[in-house]
Amino acid sequence: MTRTIPALRLDGIVKTFPGVRALDDVSFEVLPGEVHALMGENGAGKSTLMKVLGGLYQPDAGRIMVGEETVVMATPLEAKTKGIIFIHQELSLATELSVAENIYLGELPRKAFGRVDWRQLFDQTDAILGKLRVGFDARTRVGDLSIANQQMVEIARALTHDAKAVIFDEPTASLTDAEKVVLFDVIADLKADGVGIIYISHRMEEIFRITDRITVLRDGQYRGTVATADTDEEAVTQMMIGRALDLSRNESHHTRGDVALEVRGLSCGKLFQDVGFEVRRGEVLGFYGLVGAGRTEIAETLFGLRDPSAGQILLNGEEVRVHSPADAIARGISLVPEDRKGQGLVLGMNCRDNMTLPQVDDLKAGPFVAEGAEVAIFDQYRDRLDIRTPGWRQLVGNLSGGNQQKIVIGKWLSMKPDVLILDEPTRGIDVGSKSEIHKLIRELAAQGYAVIVISSEMPEVLHVADRIVAMYAGRIMRTFLSDEVTEDSLIQAISGLGEDRPAVPA
Amino acid sequence: MQAGALSNALKKGAIWGFIVLELVFFSVAGEYLSLSDKAFMDLDNMLLLFKQSAPIGIIAMGMTIVMINGNIDLSVGATFAIAAIILLDSMTWPILAGLGDWVIPVSWLLALAAGTALGALNGLIVWKTGVDAFIVTLGSMLGYRGIVFMFNGENPTSHLNWTLVDFAEAQVLGLHTATWFLLGVTLAIWYLMTRTVHGRNAYAIGDNREAAVNAGIRVGPHMMVNFMIIGFLAALSAVVFYSESGSVNPNDGQLYELWVITAVVLGGTKITGGAGNIVGTFGGVLAIQLLRKGLGHIGADTSTVNLVIGLILIAVLILDRQLNVKGKEALKT
Repeated sequence: MTRTIPALRLDGIVKTFPGVRALDDVSFEVLPGEVHALMGENGAGKSTLMKVLGGLYQPDAGRIMVGEETVVMATPLEAKTKGIIFIHQELSLATELSVAENIYLGELPRKAFGRVDWRQLFDQTDAILGKLRVGFDARTRVGDLSIANQQMVEIARALTHDAKAVIFDEPTASLTDAEKVVLFDVIADLKADGVGIIYISHRMEEIFRITDRITVLRDGQYRGTVATADTDEEAVTQMMIGRALDLSRNESHHTRGDVALEVRGLSCGKLFQDVGFEVRRGEVLGFYGLVGAGRTEIAETLFGLRDPSAGQILLNGEEVRVHSPADAIARGISLVPEDRKGQGLVLGMNCRDNMTLPQVDDLKAGPFVAEGAEVAIFDQYRDRLDIRTPGWRQLVGNLSGGNQQKIVIGKWLSMKPDVLILDEPTRGIDVGSKSEIHKLIRELAAQGYAVIVISSEMPEVLHVADRIVAMYAGRIMRTFLSDEVTEDSLIQAISGLGEDRPAVPA
Repeated sequence: MQAGALSNALKKGAIWGFIVLELVFFSVAGEYLSLSDKAFMDLDNMLLLFKQSAPIGIIAMGMTIVMINGNIDLSVGATFAIAAIILLDSMTWPILAGLGDWVIPVSWLLALAAGTALGALNGLIVWKTGVDAFIVTLGSMLGYRGIVFMFNGENPTSHLNWTLVDFAEAQVLGLHTATWFLLGVTLAIWYLMTRTVHGRNAYAIGDNREAAVNAGIRVGPHMMVNFMIIGFLAALSAVVFYSESGSVNPNDGQLYELWVITAVVLGGTKITGGAGNIVGTFGGVLAIQLLRKGLGHIGADTSTVNLVIGLILIAVLILDRQLNVKGKEALKT
């Protein structure tokens, strides 16, 4: 039997940083025409490995082979010329330039005297875009495209090179389901062309949908490669975290108290219309729906970041108007925002100052900050939430995603809110910390908080919520009890296929 | 972590190391090049240095807050000139003539109130329109300067009050009045930034404005207060300086904004906001004044001084960047 030559092969890669062995003898290979998932918790070494592959870090030992050639990549440009192309989670495009200029950035076709050959540029670009079957042309300004289409521009850029291996790093993080389908089609095309693909993602459903093999890293070490068809989520999770994970349904909705928050007929322009629901103390209300269904916008309205165009908000039975986050906080509504780093934390500040940020004003002694009281609060919530940090002086930017999220949660718990809203509480958090956050959310409800959890992950809402609100295009389609709902009915509801719509005759 | 701590220490200490370097250099070079036979590090010379640092230094303290806050104020030089004119001119107003020497505190208050009001106007526009502070204060820099010229054309505004001059030239415990003001302002702003809620919030807003909003901090009013503080300090700087000199030209204070920003950046404040400290700014102010004075001491002319300071500013920023990059890599594991 002749062995296929791998498109890309890593052999015994070692990379150490002062005090840490970030990669310890990691080897794996990607075959041409294969989609190979690379999985591991945050800190398992995936990013370091990709930086080695991208020419950003030099390995201390080991070798990288592209086809039959051993390569040394000293710079990112060299990696690119060797045919290793990255599609990053964060896009790096010049938004004011056209699609064509972005795709050929640095390599614009030229005529005499250094003039740009625009015709050739646009023709070449349109040819590539045609292959991708996208709905925009070479002359479109990149800033006018959706995130998904911008990602297509990045992919098109990869296709201009003779790509041997394409690495997708969390490519679906900001895509809608429909956009995902388009992306997966493109990946299938690349695969058919014999390109090796490394697919990095935390989302199990995607991994099992499109990959051929899965390689798992843990603590910088290679933990094995399995064929996707021969394994399941549980087994992979166990490889990643070294133990089994609790992902059962939540069946404990019996500790409900009074209504803490009630919303009647709330609308905000085109974002969402006529939304009504209630949350009781001791209950977790899940909001499930597609990106753009209006879930985050409802949370932002409750938190005073948007003004509603109609409707009422009732807190403990009394109608309130919330004009600003300061208002919301004063009335006992707290929001753990979707974008932890962009909206929730001041990364350059230490843990303590982040945690007490909304209440330093209440803690002051005369005109001065009461640092002793702040440390006391930090210590209390560090212990209660099990936040792992060397001390309060640690900058929040240096913590792991899970611990950062706990700082945000601690920040709001220390304000003693009535209603706690968590928007995508486990986004970008590794599997181990994820289950800790889930457990924490359940505990908070048990302690009598009214909790709202917005999530795009079905297992998450099923696991933490007592009741699930399904949203579609700015409207609430249905509200389910989590132990009664079926996955099918939930998916139907969030796709706008609810029973209140007439079925299309065959 | 150790590499990060080292680079931090380096960064914090860098400005003081630079000052020591300047002192040594000018002392040694002064022996050979200086026309005067006085040593550079003569006590009187150093006391004078503090005094001469005051006009830029007092404004720099305000600029540090505004820059940590993520904004900038380019109008300080023009505010300085307006406050100076109000100070000197108001002492000749007939309506205040009956006050005798009591006109002094009244004129001071008028000048300080004017500075605060001009700062408030900047802050209000930044808050209510959301236009970048750079653009807003670029506009008000031109506008305020226009007001200065409208007042008296190209002519200087002069008034000497000898009681005031005596006060301004006094030396208490060896330090000049201006130096006391600089030290007082430095201490007050240092307290504000390190010990108070307002200071804490200034850092938070500069580092991540959205997170600050989400934490319930009222960002607009906060920024306006900072613009009022810097307006007040620009006026205070004028009050301290013109109490002694007694004559203001319509061009006075021009380019002050750039000297002030240079001092603040040399002192380690990030131009993008979120980081910086008052003690560093104090060092930056001293370093610039030392350089101007030292180069004068060894016989260089003004154009050389500007060239050298420009080069040093760029060199410092390159060094800072290098240290930052190293710190980051060490933290990534």
